[in-house]
Amino acid sequence: MVSDPRSRGVIWLGSPAFPEAARTALADEQLRANLKRATGTIRDKRLAVAAELDDWEELRDSAAAIKKRVSRHLDHYLLALEASVTAAGGTVHWASDAAEANRIVTELVRATGESEVVKVKSMATQEIGLNEHLAEVGITAYETDLAELIVQLGDDRPSHILVPAIHKNRTEVRDLFVAEMGHWGQPAPEDLSDDPRELAEAARLHLREKFLTAKVAVSGANFAVADTGTVMVVESEGNGRMCLTLPETLITVMGIEKVIPTWQDLEVFLQLLPRSSTGERMNPYTSTWTGTTEGDGPRDFHLVLLDNGRTDTLADETGRQALACIRCSACLNVCPVFERTGGHAYGSVYPGPIGAVLTPQLVGVENAASLPFASTLCGACYDACPVKINIPEVLTHLRVKAVEGKGRASAEALAMKAAATVLDSPRLLAAAQRAAALGGKVLAREGRIGRLPGPLSGWSDTRDTPAPPAESFRTWWRKNRKEERP
Amino acid sequence: MSSRDAVLGRIRAALADVAAEERPEDVPVPRAYRRRHVEPGQDVVALFAERVADYRANVIRTDEAGLPLALAAALGGRGARNLAVPRGFPAAMLPTGAWKWHAEPLDVPELDALDGAITLAAAGIAVTGTIVLDTGPGQGRRALTLVPDYHLCVVRAEQIADDLPDALARLDPQHPLTFVSGPSATSDIELDRVEGVHGPRALDVVIVDPTPTEQP
Ligand code: SF4
Repeated sequence: MVSDPRSRGVIWLGSPAFPEAARTALADEQLRANLKRATGTIRDKRLAVAAELDDWEELRDSAAAIKKRVSRHLDHYLLALEASVTAAGGTVHWASDAAEANRIVTELVRATGESEVVKVKSMATQEIGLNEHLAEVGITAYETDLAELIVQLGDDRPSHILVPAIHKNRTEVRDLFVAEMGHWGQPAPEDLSDDPRELAEAARLHLREKFLTAKVAVSGANFAVADTGTVMVVESEGNGRMCLTLPETLITVMGIEKVIPTWQDLEVFLQLLPRSSTGERMNPYTSTWTGTTEGDGPRDFHLVLLDNGRTDTLADETGRQALACIRCSACLNVCPVFERTGGHAYGSVYPGPIGAVLTPQLVGVENAASLPFASTLCGACYDACPVKINIPEVLTHLRVKAVEGKGRASAEALAMKAAATVLDSPRLLAAAQRAAALGGKVLAREGRIGRLPGPLSGWSDTRDTPAPPAESFRTWWRKNRKEERP
Repeated sequence: MSSRDAVLGRIRAALADVAAEERPEDVPVPRAYRRRHVEPGQDVVALFAERVADYRANVIRTDEAGLPLALAAALGGRGARNLAVPRGFPAAMLPTGAWKWHAEPLDVPELDALDGAITLAAAGIAVTGTIVLDTGPGQGRRALTLVPDYHLCVVRAEQIADDLPDALARLDPQHPLTFVSGPSATSDIELDRVEGVHGPRALDVVIVDPTPTEQP
């Protein structure tokens, strides 16, 4: 894994580019079957619990507006957060990039004299490659989320935001536990079966002693409330509670875009996030803390505010909406491209539609030019997004940037490769896209399309495939190519 | 230049399109969503009971007079003998019998050796089937309801908020809060849901209805 200096320290596997990576993934039948089942299951659960709230659209409007207010006044809210966290007994650190964030965390851990930390799933620390950095300086970071543990033991990479080890089946997990747990701590029982119940129990036993003795924890944050200084972590297994409660020192690394204005705003996000993410009315555990509390939980709390390319994203008036993302993963589960390729093909910790718009902005479009093409612009992601990020709009915008950066010939090659890989045959894609653009209006009922015949059937094989946007990938391409001609 | 100044400077430069006189409140935030997803007159306590049970937690409804018996039944069902009891938990509620009650202070190894913890709650949320702990009287510090493998939680009917907005308004974020919706769970392996990972694997919620007043 490399952190390319040009890419501002976002862990980004630029090679292979999306088309090649996708081709490998497409050849993996097991992976495709796992993904199809997983995304389909979560999608159905999400639709069911979202439908319970008849004001879902009003909640989305409110969430989008709150995030817009924050992004237009980010400096104001970060200063307010700094003040409230500090007043509550926490310490706030600012990190321009990955290297600085890693340095800050390293120094904080060293100051405790400890050489081990327990970690609760955090995309920001994956983005900056914190574990790898800590390992280089002799500090071992133990991932405690079950899926992250599987990824860590397998020296693997996460493939989905919510269920990062979805590419592994139970037998692979069992074999991994038996082979690797002993190298990290408590070994797996010798007679371990591949029953998920037994595997979860093995993870419990493996991590128990770590939790009960750890002195330092590193976490991410789902939200941080500017007016109260309250930080929130949303989780399921209780590993988050362990990390946030038992150690003496807690270090939270958070992207600067995670700040929200008020405590009341949580009433919007806490209704949207669990329902969009796991498809539950509420996830098992949500923890909040405000600075430090005498006699309960960590004595020292450090909040590291991470930029690492976010201010560049903010500078783009169209692209900045990607910063509203609450990492629910709903857009992954409805994406026909993600369903076929899985998360690894996107080359960063942010896979799927959100990865296709966020990664190029964080690392620079010129370094991830194929990602904006890893989409059919079908619009399902926009429809599913609880904070109403118009992902197709940002994708189209980034395609223009990629074309500008690359010149016509290579950009065309990029586009065709990405699309062709996903649909196996460019001829089929062309036919499909044409049919979608022309036929969408006829087939659409209340903005939805049902199961489509022929080459489109795979793409509309979901209850919430929205009607295709007016401009499909191919027509967009043709138009832009014409415009570029002298 | 400090990183703080650098980041703030980059933010301000990035927001060149935002007029200098625009204040945060000038960006409109519509709040047309419902304050509650319950109908007028709906039995909120029954909804809470149903939604908590949906997470495969065990739910018991009783009144003040029946409480010790209900707690005895819950404890008996789990085979729990040694239990943590936080400060401020009303002693009169505890059933008499073969139980050993362990009072605070309890350190982590002591908690780890117990079968469970019995606590009050700060609030309940009907629509989401959630109990909220705020470390107040009768709830203990956070470790108390985390380290032992079983949590028995007593919620009074009048503590149950209808929905999230009402619940959040009742809570004080200056206290550490834990929102608990069922026992710990994971779906990380092939999306098969397994109840019970690191947090308490068993959760019983006892709802105490007000004792009915005799009609003359
Ligand atoms: S872009 Fe929207 S749908 Fe996708 S992960 Fe982020 S918040 Fe969820």
